[in-house]
Amino acid sequence: MTPKPETVDLIREKALWMRRTAFSMVHKAQLGHPGGDFSAIDILATLYFGVLRYDAKRPDWADRDRFVMSKGHATGALYSALCAAGYFPESWLATYMQPRAMLNGHPNRNYVPGVETNTGPLGHGFPVATGIAIAGQLTGADYRTFVLTGDGEQQEGSNWEAAMTAGFRKLENLTLIIDRNRLQQGQSTDVTTGMDPMDEKYRAFGFEVAVVDGHDLGALYDVLSQSPKGRGKPLCVIANTVKGKGVSFMENQAKWHHAVPDDAQFAQAMKELV
Amino acid sequence: MAHDGPIKVGLQDCRNAWVETLEALAAEDERIVAVVNDSTGSSKLGGFQKKFPDRLINVGIAEQLMVGVGAGLANGGRIPFVSAASCFLTGRSLEQVKADVAYANFNVKLVGQSSGVAYGELGATHHSIEDFAWLRPLTNITVIAPADAWETAEAVKWAAAHQGPVYLRLSRMPVPDLDIPGRAFTPGKAELVRSGSDVTVIACGTTVHLAAEAADALADKGLSVRVLNMATINPLDEKAVLAAARETGAIVTVEEASVRGGLGGAVAELTSGECPVPVERLGFPGFVPTGSTEWLFEEFGLSVAGISAAVRKVLERVKR
Ligand SMILES: Cc1ncc(C[n+]2csc(CCOP(=O)(O)OP(=O)(O)O)c2C)c(N)n1
Repeated sequence: MTPKPETVDLIREKALWMRRTAFSMVHKAQLGHPGGDFSAIDILATLYFGVLRYDAKRPDWADRDRFVMSKGHATGALYSALCAAGYFPESWLATYMQPRAMLNGHPNRNYVPGVETNTGPLGHGFPVATGIAIAGQLTGADYRTFVLTGDGEQQEGSNWEAAMTAGFRKLENLTLIIDRNRLQQGQSTDVTTGMDPMDEKYRAFGFEVAVVDGHDLGALYDVLSQSPKGRGKPLCVIANTVKGKGVSFMENQAKWHHAVPDDAQFAQAMKELV
Repeated sequence: MAHDGPIKVGLQDCRNAWVETLEALAAEDERIVAVVNDSTGSSKLGGFQKKFPDRLINVGIAEQLMVGVGAGLANGGRIPFVSAASCFLTGRSLEQVKADVAYANFNVKLVGQSSGVAYGELGATHHSIEDFAWLRPLTNITVIAPADAWETAEAVKWAAAHQGPVYLRLSRMPVPDLDIPGRAFTPGKAELVRSGSDVTVIACGTTVHLAAEAADALADKGLSVRVLNMATINPLDEKAVLAAARETGAIVTVEEASVRGGLGGAVAELTSGECPVPVERLGFPGFVPTGSTEWLFEEFGLSVAGISAAVRKVLERVKR
């Protein structure tokens, strides 16, 4: 579905706020994973401000669409999205990773409304999302389930176990999104294990596959908002992204996986993020 | 992963001792290889990779594969040091550690990095406080938690020479060198850090220096506190534990780990059967809140004040 211009404007505005907010959290905590926050933020903004059906006042509403953040290290992206969506007040953001904070370095569903499951160890989200989708299939519920993994994260075998089951069970209510920024913690995915062709792999596992520019909000909206009814198979969206997207000195730099900004870098980033 | 803070003066990051020793050994013995899960940097293996590019095997973010590959490399006559954040190395790959390494008895060296609560703010998924409890029952894995840089280097040397599975539980938390004259590393043997007769504190890893400091502070108050460095958790030095129970009548255990099933558990299991004495276990009660490593140590009594309080408490229990 092609989005209305005002929908894209809203998503763009929210994504900008999320980048500024996530980087402020990381700067204050002097901890975090800003590179992977920034590659994922346009995807999260599109989901929360264009696609997902939810009511932030009722995080346990049975018919809500589910979003599972499998790349749980990118809490700058997830918490800024949940805050923008109204799940918790802005005053929480300054507590990121402080002693006893709800906003732990990795998301905990027992403390943060809107978090569907605890992640942090990579390769957990897709199996849990598969279970959520099977529950929906069993009960005939019409909610959709989305899960976002990193591309390095796809090296975990648990993803392929989930893929086999999701494809076999034709979980059309399930959408896997892969943040294909081509960098993992230490280096490029290409020189670690080589992962291409991802699209053919997922097709072979019984998925419909779409490859999109993960920073093209219209394209993301288009592919993610399509009704799954009658598709007869799960959807895999390979979102080609740039790690550190939006800040010149962070883009495509492996070290910004978990590097944190000093005051000058923070000021520079705030100048660029307008 | 969490940010590496500056190291205080006089304190050492034991990971330097780990890689310097490994690189020196690898230069002499081409069978030595390293296996990692996208953890070259956090394992400080960048230098090793430069020197021996073919001998650093990065399998990607795939810990079960990593440990299985380690077992296979051992089968092929290599001496693999499988190095990863200890939470994932032991937790994610537990069955591989059990079946492929311990039960199959392959000559694999598992090196758990940033153990305990080194990744404090990253939360319970990234804490490795259950590893002792998980690995102790896998009887033929030697489990060693070195207390300082010297002991780290000795443990790496011993592991390379030893035929059989080893788990080295390393930390990146800076610790001072223990000041003990004439030290010799003997796996499976407790090291006497302070002699004493009123009570014994048994510690391992990052907490040994705190136990020594607490003993010194309590000595000023007239208490004679024995301190044992129990670097080898498995097999336990039963003789030293039972001697402590008989001779001092009360024990405090201290570990950067869960109070269930680790060093404290091992000591309590043994003493309850052979020589029941009051045992106070210091460590973490279960999943702990978010917070820095330093904050978590203070909060859960892994401090001079906390150890001193546990000593007083166990002595109260003796009186009752
Ligand atoms: C099971 C497990 N192994 C290792 C890690 C450490 N780790 C955290 S993020 C990361 C790299 C992730 O790369 P990718 O999935 O590509 O994420 P992105 O680039 O989008 O941040 C690694 C290795 C982890 N969190 N979980």
